Amino acid sequence: MTVLAEGSYASPTGQEIVFVLLGVVTLAAAVLVVTTRRLVHAALWLVVAFGALAGCYLVMSAELVAWVQVLIYVGAVVVLLLFGIMLTRAPIGPSTDLDGANRPAAVVVAVALAGVLVTVIVDGFRTAYVPSARASSGAGSAETIGAALFRDWVLPFEALSVLLLAALIGAIVLSRREIGPAETDARRGGGEGEG
Amino acid sequence: MELYVPILVLAALSAGFAAVNLLIAAVAGPKRYNRAKLEAYECGIEPTPQPVGGGRFPIKYYLTAMLFIVFDIEIIFLYPWAASFDRLGIFGLVEMVLFIVTVLVAYVYIWRRGGLEWD
Repeated sequence: MTVLAEGSYASPTGQEIVFVLLGVVTLAAAVLVVTTRRLVHAALWLVVAFGALAGCYLVMSAELVAWVQVLIYVGAVVVLLLFGIMLTRAPIGPSTDLDGANRPAAVVVAVALAGVLVTVIVDGFRTAYVPSARASSGAGSAETIGAALFRDWVLPFEALSVLLLAALIGAIVLSRREIGPAETDARRGGGEGEG
Repeated sequence: MELYVPILVLAALSAGFAAVNLLIAAVAGPKRYNRAKLEAYECGIEPTPQPVGGGRFPIKYYLTAMLFIVFDIEIIFLYPWAASFDRLGIFGLVEMVLFIVTVLVAYVYIWRRGGLEWD
């Protein structure tokens, strides 16, 4: 989706080359995520994909987004996925029954989604260009994003806190059936494995 | 972007250090395997035997992961807020207090329901 400045497809800058290379790494890691036979390896390949994606953001001088990508996705989401593998009865070794009968449907959905995204992004950013690192005056820096977020996007930001609240309460409702700490010990034997 | 050159150099150096050490160990290290050496390393304690059929971990880990992810997201918002605090003034302060209080409600709820106790 990098739209080159002044149509210079013939002589890409170093920034654009790095962007394309990182994109190739992201794509390859993403393909490995869905083709590997080991669930844990899939989660680890996801780390590579997310990390290379963070590099893409960084090349496009979206600094804060890049580090949010590293901290939230690489740091927290993958951990949650690995915990999900641990908590369910997922095997550590290779699995043979990872492919369902939904493969054709998945291909259709993936191609349709890719088509929509490419169309929308190419159409929306046709005349935009990636600012060169030198020229960009901190458009993606924490200060600029902070000013925009806390001045123009107040309501979504506050709504996010409610979303986080709901997520935490949902987590404890799912993981704890007990009401108080006193009852926790009494029912512990029965409630451990379920959920 | 020049700011990231030292980080790249540091990453390359540490990756090179790890690779060279692995290579030296593979080439020069003696290979005398025994039972203790082949055991899984669990920070020095006796390895816990893996349950038959894979086994599952207690659901409490899920709550820990969710707590981590939620407060990770909360803290990441503190950074752009702090960086632009001078421009936002008292309005920004009120916003952030509202945000933190809402998330803290969830924290107090979990605390009161005993979600922070491991056993």
